[in-house]
Amino acid sequence: MWVVYTLNGLYFAALLFLTSLGLNIILGVMGILNLAHGSLYAIGAFMAAWTVIQIVAKAPPFVLYLSLLSGLVLAGIVGFLMEKSFIRAMYKRTLEYQLLLTFGALLLLEDVIKMIWGGQAYYASAPFDLLGNVDILGHVYPTYFLFVMLITLLAGLFVWFFMGRTKLGIMLRAISLDREMATGLGLDIGRLSTFAFVLGSGLAGLAGALVVPTTPALLGIGMEPLILAFIVVVVGGLGSLKGALVGALLVGFTRSFGIAILPEIELPLLFLIAGIILVVKPQGLFGR
Amino acid sequence: MVYVLIFIVLLFVPRLLSIHDLMLFEYGLTFAIVGLGFNLLLGYTGLLSFGHGAYFAAGAYTVGMIAKYLPEAYRLEILIPAALLFSLILAVIFGFLCVRHTKIFFSILALSLSMLLYALLFKLYHLTGGSDGLRIPLPSLLGISFKGIRRPEFLSGTYYYVLLVLFAFSCVIMKGIVSSPFGKALQAIRDNEVRAELIGIRVRRYRLYAFCISGMFVGLGGALWTFVNGHVTADLSHWVFSGEIVYMTLLGGFGIFEGPIIGAILFTYLKLYAMGNTQYWMFVIGATLIVLVMLLPNGVAGAFVSLFAKLKRRKAAEGSAC
Repeated sequence: MWVVYTLNGLYFAALLFLTSLGLNIILGVMGILNLAHGSLYAIGAFMAAWTVIQIVAKAPPFVLYLSLLSGLVLAGIVGFLMEKSFIRAMYKRTLEYQLLLTFGALLLLEDVIKMIWGGQAYYASAPFDLLGNVDILGHVYPTYFLFVMLITLLAGLFVWFFMGRTKLGIMLRAISLDREMATGLGLDIGRLSTFAFVLGSGLAGLAGALVVPTTPALLGIGMEPLILAFIVVVVGGLGSLKGALVGALLVGFTRSFGIAILPEIELPLLFLIAGIILVVKPQGLFGR
Repeated sequence: MVYVLIFIVLLFVPRLLSIHDLMLFEYGLTFAIVGLGFNLLLGYTGLLSFGHGAYFAAGAYTVGMIAKYLPEAYRLEILIPAALLFSLILAVIFGFLCVRHTKIFFSILALSLSMLLYALLFKLYHLTGGSDGLRIPLPSLLGISFKGIRRPEFLSGTYYYVLLVLFAFSCVIMKGIVSSPFGKALQAIRDNEVRAELIGIRVRRYRLYAFCISGMFVGLGGALWTFVNGHVTADLSHWVFSGEIVYMTLLGGFGIFEGPIIGAILFTYLKLYAMGNTQYWMFVIGATLIVLVMLLPNGVAGAFVSLFAKLKRRKAAEGSAC
């Protein structure tokens, strides 16, 4: 069975990586810990589920998978509106206010989701069912999980290439390294921050959209990923892409094997590992 | 002097308010104790914890567990020290990890640790009742049993005065702490960590002390809250509940000693009002919070203080003009 556990671990890690990547970009570039990140994940999940349900009967499979991107788009739009309307005013404020503001946004968005989509669950398992199963080393495994890993890999490579090689990405990294200096060099901090926030929100929405074919979209769906993404960020180190990857893998595998071996204490075990790492290395594995 | 007057007025509150309003006021008072404790960390030490629900839950679950497993010890004079003790133990363990960090890392870590407690309370169904939570019967006090008395009567009678005395006691102790050399040292750490360290303050240890004291106050608030509420669930340790504690402290204003008290009572009414009038109460609370952060960063109490100062200045200016 260890093959399946390993693959499950990779699958959990992939979803977590996407979520914490967005959290990490926003944290790194803007210095704001977005407590509403889980709500953006939930918005992505609801939007994707809703879209899939609308078109499942008439659209060809290819369009069905493309429609999952609607989650990314809507989360990006909501992120854009959030940044433009109130996050923007917070850059110069202290940590307490920034956190409380995003906490307010979290409460607000939870109810906005309830207003738009109601309290019921949305089942959109068509993309999962269509792909069927594959045979891996004698174990039957859902192809959709592999699909999620592939998408995450592509998204991860995209962000890595974008941050490391393109001019826009280098400007973003400059801001995260030294905001004042970056301003001094004439970078348009306002627009770049908006861009970073939209990118991070979109990644959260994508993660939510990808998860929805496997579990129904429910109210409060974004809470657990948010907490796990926090652990990933704390363990991996602030604002580090490599840290997010290693942290996500660690948490993913702990979950997968924890569920298999010790289901009762799977979550506490995770916190225990995070706690130990922080005692040994307070700035996280790859923190600056 | 003003405080003594307020205390005397508060003594007569049960006669003035209906039982429903009185219960709300009692919720407010317990949260006021929580806010006082929380503010020692936020306002005076400069550490923002998003996980203080854990100590609230520690106090509340101490009461619940004793009710379930040690009914013969279910006496208020035992329950309160026990709640203080267990919240202290928890605060020492969690605080030891948390105070190694500051700023955002401190917040995330405190949050994660409170979620650890949440996961334990939620998963260990046989011990803690899981998502069903625990029922809280009425405790006895100094040998007096309250069997046969209904909860509203208990709350409007003896318990209100117990609560009030403990609240007053908490205020006096906290006031003593923040104006003691220890409290001043905490404020020095808040304002300039490096400087505080250079003049010989053991920063990390002092932070841990503040964390523990804060945890104990919050635990006391949690224990007292259970008797009003009659029921405890694991949600108390969820970080959204911790967020509400932060909210009420900010609502009142964390720069002022009395701020959290005002904030706690206001928040209780605001939340109930929002819940009673709309199903989208989180929307109302969230929107209020955003407006508050944008427009009244010093909270309601802070706004009053600055308004008062402005009026005074204007009066002084007029006086000198004449």
